[in-house]
Amino acid sequence: MEKYLTCIVCPRGCMISVKGEKEDLSVSGFACARGKEYAISECTHPCRTITAVVRIQNREDTMLSIKSAAPVPKEDIFRWMEKVQSCVWNAPVQMGEVLISDLFGSAVVATKTVV
Amino acid sequence: MEKHRIVVVGGGPAGMAAAVAAYDMGVRDVVILDREEAPGGILRQCIHNGFGLHKLGEELTGPEYAAVYEKMVRERNIPILTQSTVLQITPEKEVTVTSPKGLVKYQADAVILAMGCRERSRGALNISGTRPAGIYSAGTAQKLMNCDGYLVGKRAVILGSGDIGLIMARRMTLQGAKVEAVCELLPYSGGLIRNIVQCLEDYSIPLYLSTTVTEIHGKERLEGVTVSQVDENRKPIPGTERYISCDTLLLSCGLIPENELTRSAGIEMDRITGGPVVDQNRQTNTEGIFACGNVLQVHDLVDYVSDEAEIAGQAAARYVMNSCTAEASLNVMPGSGIRYTVPQRIEKNGEDVAVYFRVKNPVGKVRFRALSGDVELSTATRLRAAPGEMEKLILKGEKLQNATDDIVLLAEEL
Repeated sequence: MEKYLTCIVCPRGCMISVKGEKEDLSVSGFACARGKEYAISECTHPCRTITAVVRIQNREDTMLSIKSAAPVPKEDIFRWMEKVQSCVWNAPVQMGEVLISDLFGSAVVATKTVV
Repeated sequence: MEKHRIVVVGGGPAGMAAAVAAYDMGVRDVVILDREEAPGGILRQCIHNGFGLHKLGEELTGPEYAAVYEKMVRERNIPILTQSTVLQITPEKEVTVTSPKGLVKYQADAVILAMGCRERSRGALNISGTRPAGIYSAGTAQKLMNCDGYLVGKRAVILGSGDIGLIMARRMTLQGAKVEAVCELLPYSGGLIRNIVQCLEDYSIPLYLSTTVTEIHGKERLEGVTVSQVDENRKPIPGTERYISCDTLLLSCGLIPENELTRSAGIEMDRITGGPVVDQNRQTNTEGIFACGNVLQVHDLVDYVSDEAEIAGQAAARYVMNSCTAEASLNVMPGSGIRYTVPQRIEKNGEDVAVYFRVKNPVGKVRFRALSGDVELSTATRLRAAPGEMEKLILKGEKLQNATDDIVLLAEEL
């Protein structure tokens, strides 16, 4: 069976064709190696990078933006959101600081500096 | 009056990249003015990832991308004056500013306009009905959620499928709200395809094309909207009305370059882009005033904003150091299938010029051509093109040198 995916790795949005089953996929239509990787991952185990904001207990006037350092399995996205929002965070936080070392297979990192 | 070589109006991605580029060309006296409390512009509220893939070779969030440029500005000790709103710019490059210091005037040798753009409002869209709470422009909702920490509603309809609307559909869903629908007036989405996939399809949010909101219901708080299908002239079709219950309506219906200062300086404007008319140096028809970023044309990607700002910054530096040379100029005009071009004018100086443009409608396989009279200056073929994705053609310096007629850009479907 052949199916088509729109690559979401970059704004180019290549239309990638995937043939075959899980173990034996043949992929075409991508413009870069990352596109090929995306298509295979999308057919075997789709993942997404997640971003969110969380409250900072000792700062009333600002939110802290965070991201998963690498894509997280799609089925875990809502549990990822729940977890990061149930934690208590305190300033100061540096951009790039690891807040949780492993949440559903990837680190949670601050994307903003709050002094 | 305080004097500066270059004054940059706006401390977003365009302003910061332009200031750094001008500094690196050797102009040490550069000042950035920004009306907000911190630099970074709209990137400060764009917490999603996808920035910087082209320019920096890595995928960053908005605040991270802004931080890269803020660091470059700080390393060069370029002052960023925040809470400083420019009230007026004269053709003589006198810049009037309100700031914590009071009303201040700067005399600049060159000015770089980098004020960005703003969203089209409900008033500009003429949607009938009551005026309840719960109607936001998508960017306002984004700021409330990402910077201030408020969930703007629990059941939302989004009008307009531009990138901000799509990003907000995902953002509200992740934060626990239900997005009932995204409605788009046009028969195609103006957003990037990757955003349709990762923001709507991932969360099974329906996208209704050729559909618009025709009535708003609710007295204190929004209770619902009526949506209708539209015909090929974008007029609602009677009998297609459908009621959707919701407490929030987000409007993502286009961005308008913020050019009040530009217009009042008497600078020539382009009716289609909503920005000033510029040459390949991004210089306006007022000598020494340059423009870049979303104030010049609304971009799809911040990476291209940074590129454009570098062109403007370097050119402004060359201008104040008196090394601009131009022999003759040619107009660049959109021909069949092309909506607009930037630049709109080329000063012949022997160098290659990149012309950026958008197609009018989505097309399949297409050939772009730049013609000067009968002479083809440049051509390129694409498998598909859409208005939401900016295209570019490189015109070679030696070919331009011999061109005498104005340049017309064409899109020929194959």
